Amino acid sequence: MHEITLTVNGVVRQARVPARRLLSDCLRHDLGLTGTHVGCEHGVCGCCTILLDGEPVRSCLTFAVTVDGREITTVEGLAGPDGALSPVQRAFAECHGLQCGFCTPGFLCTATALLRENPAPTEEEVLEGISGNLCRCTGYQNIVKSVHRAAELIAEEP
Amino acid sequence: MTSTDTRTSQGIGQSAPRPDGTLKVTGEFAYSSDLWLEDMVWGVTLRSPHPAARIRSIDLGPALAMPGVLAVLTHEDVPGEKHHGLELRDQPVLAVDRVRYQGEPVALVAADHPERARRAAAAIVVDYEVTEAVTDARRAAFDPACPKVGERGNILRHQPVRVGSVFEAPVVVTGEYEVGMQDQAFLGPESGLAVPAEDGGVDLYVATQWLHVDRDQIAPCLGLPAEKVRVSLAGVGGAFGAREDLSMQVHACLLALRTGRPVKMVYNREESFFGHVHRHPAWMRYEHGATRDGRLIYVKAEILLDGGAYCSSSPAVVGNAASLGAGPYEVGNVEIDAYGVYTNNPPCGAMRGFGAVQACFAYESQMDRLAEACGLSPVELRIRNAVSQGSRLITGQLIDSPAPLAGMLAELEAFPLPAASDGDLRELPGGVAQTTHGEGVRRGVGYGVGIKNICFSEGFDDYSTARVRLELAGGEPHVLVHTAAAEVGQGLVTVQAQVARTELGVERVTVAPADTTVGSAGSSSASRQSYVTGGAVKTACEAVRERLAELAAAHPGLTTTALLQRFGPVEETREYRHRPTFPMDPSTGQGDSHTQLALCVHRAVVDVDVELGLVKVVELAAVQDVGKVLNLLALEGQIHGGSAQGLGLALMEEVLVADGRLRNPSFTDYLIPTILDMPPMKVSILENPDPAAPYGLRGAGEPPTLSTTPAVVAAVRAATGRALSRVPIRPEHIALT
Repeated sequence: MHEITLTVNGVVRQARVPARRLLSDCLRHDLGLTGTHVGCEHGVCGCCTILLDGEPVRSCLTFAVTVDGREITTVEGLAGPDGALSPVQRAFAECHGLQCGFCTPGFLCTATALLRENPAPTEEEVLEGISGNLCRCTGYQNIVKSVHRAAELIAEEP
Repeated sequence: MTSTDTRTSQGIGQSAPRPDGTLKVTGEFAYSSDLWLEDMVWGVTLRSPHPAARIRSIDLGPALAMPGVLAVLTHEDVPGEKHHGLELRDQPVLAVDRVRYQGEPVALVAADHPERARRAAAAIVVDYEVTEAVTDARRAAFDPACPKVGERGNILRHQPVRVGSVFEAPVVVTGEYEVGMQDQAFLGPESGLAVPAEDGGVDLYVATQWLHVDRDQIAPCLGLPAEKVRVSLAGVGGAFGAREDLSMQVHACLLALRTGRPVKMVYNREESFFGHVHRHPAWMRYEHGATRDGRLIYVKAEILLDGGAYCSSSPAVVGNAASLGAGPYEVGNVEIDAYGVYTNNPPCGAMRGFGAVQACFAYESQMDRLAEACGLSPVELRIRNAVSQGSRLITGQLIDSPAPLAGMLAELEAFPLPAASDGDLRELPGGVAQTTHGEGVRRGVGYGVGIKNICFSEGFDDYSTARVRLELAGGEPHVLVHTAAAEVGQGLVTVQAQVARTELGVERVTVAPADTTVGSAGSSSASRQSYVTGGAVKTACEAVRERLAELAAAHPGLTTTALLQRFGPVEETREYRHRPTFPMDPSTGQGDSHTQLALCVHRAVVDVDVELGLVKVVELAAVQDVGKVLNLLALEGQIHGGSAQGLGLALMEEVLVADGRLRNPSFTDYLIPTILDMPPMKVSILENPDPAAPYGLRGAGEPPTLSTTPAVVAAVRAATGRALSRVPIRPEHIALT
């Protein structure tokens, strides 16, 4: 077993995990953060995407011990400290960018990173940016709208 | 308050936001896989590696000896009924003395950690005597020498349709078509939590489509009365039909009752492919006869559907394929035979549009062939034969509400076509792989038309129940709506609240969590919940309104708030049924078997790299008549999502089965469309009300899945000149035939 220390959503968390514990399982089971979803366990669907030092990463393809000392943001950490939804969260809720919502945390994390790097993406850049995440309900049309809407909301921020 | 004229800001017709939307974007929404109790243990399933075998013996000793193991169960530990099933209770809870498909549950383990439970399951020794697997549906159906898969004959339903006697025509086209096995591929795998209760019963929290039909199968298997099995809906990560049959429900309850501990079961993606039914693969032979100017004289068809090892909903699938087997076209002479067959392949059952999807691919392919043979455009040929209000289905059923198919096709055809590729190589087939610079790329346009029955058919007592309570909360009126209807992502929670706002004129509405403490809502399937549960909520609200009106009449001058203050909450529970339907005649198929029919038409535009066989769908356009728009944003989402699944069936989605074994139970090998596969959509929505339905609505979830597939395939045919009689189309069907 290994002692690891992670900063998750701004809070320092410690866990004792076996070497092969996946980061997704560590977040969900050891730390009780079940907002990170597991859809395929092999890095295809993107439901488990989290931000590792700000970069989107598949937590189901990451061993928890390999991110000891790093900073992690999960879907639970996207809202502001006062609970105010982030622009990306607001946009997905507003634009009906979700149905069952199982894929949503992964899309939110991916889109958050995308818009941080590129606050005004073109249509192609949005499509490419979120092409690694699967959604089975929406046919993606409203997800694309949500990402563009999030870019607008970010631009409107003071 | 006393009339439906009251306008609220988020009532019927408004794009009200999802009440669960905020929880779903903050990560707080609890899916069935997220449930957690401090003292819970984990259940896993041992499954058969063989598609057909006798079980000589099962040695549980090695598993029981492993640390952390609390229980290991086989069929001998099932205290009640040993079988369950939606239409026929033929599926064992745990295999009894033989297994009939690869992945059939054989034993269960509960342990204090999921890994320990998995290792213990692997340690169980099952002695199998492998037997001949029946994997060819045609042989299973028609070869008298073929072994029987189950206790009954291999044909689980044969439904003929017979109309007229003229089977000669100046123009005849024939075709054989095949539809591969599609998976629903919801993203949240099967999971749930069973908690043993003090009364000897069990509380189950599970992602499902129909709480009551689950309970009514679980309780007999546990040997418990229904009231001791309480089922609550946990967060559902998509369904699409795959959660109609039981998966882990009985298993988790058995383990919970045996161990006295809460038991959680969560399938992984691979197990999910074995843990639910798939869309029936189909083999179809069609013959269409028409006049030289393209008017249908007759349709003959044989539709063979592989139901796999157990019955599931196959009889209803066969009924849909037969009754809708000629499509939404007027034809006076019909000879259709639809068969559902048992094999040792994976069980097949419900998936969005079932039965109708398979037939639609075939009859639409035939309509294109007929158009070509008659020298007509595909749209013109369809318009010449289109049903309308007053037409009869091939079952003799009168279409008694609007069915403006010809107008829908004309509108669709008039949509401007997308521009040619602008030279961006990423836009071409092959995408960012840049496998072409445009050489070998051809554009094609194709059309597809689909007709789907809405709600349950063929005499099923199809109803929903709603309890509506008008009360004061914080001194202001508030409505609590309680149904057992499963929100699976489609937005039913939103619609229920919208109905209550419109009917009671109260802004603040809460939809209570779905569970079995209220009457059945029926299944979240067959595009039926807006109709039936929407109808139930509307009816219960009307009853509340009447009660309130009586109080108001008896106490003039009192406001609603004052009435509620003085007399307390007003609560009413109502059941709602749609018009009765009737069985199809077993030898002629005649009968008013459906209560409502819905039409959708699609146009697909594709670019195909004919050298590499790669397809890029450039645009999908759709026209759908929904009777009445309840929530435009949610409705569009259903049409987009349904179209994506139809596109998937056309181009990429297939569960590959060889000798009864799944070859691709993972998302690396079973492909579903990504955002780069799904083109922009144009959608036009018509509102021609059905007077029999609440608000005139028409179920909307399934029809787009039907018409997308033939439209995409027709477009690829137009681009390539290939016959393409099977879906999904593979690159070699384009480039190597």
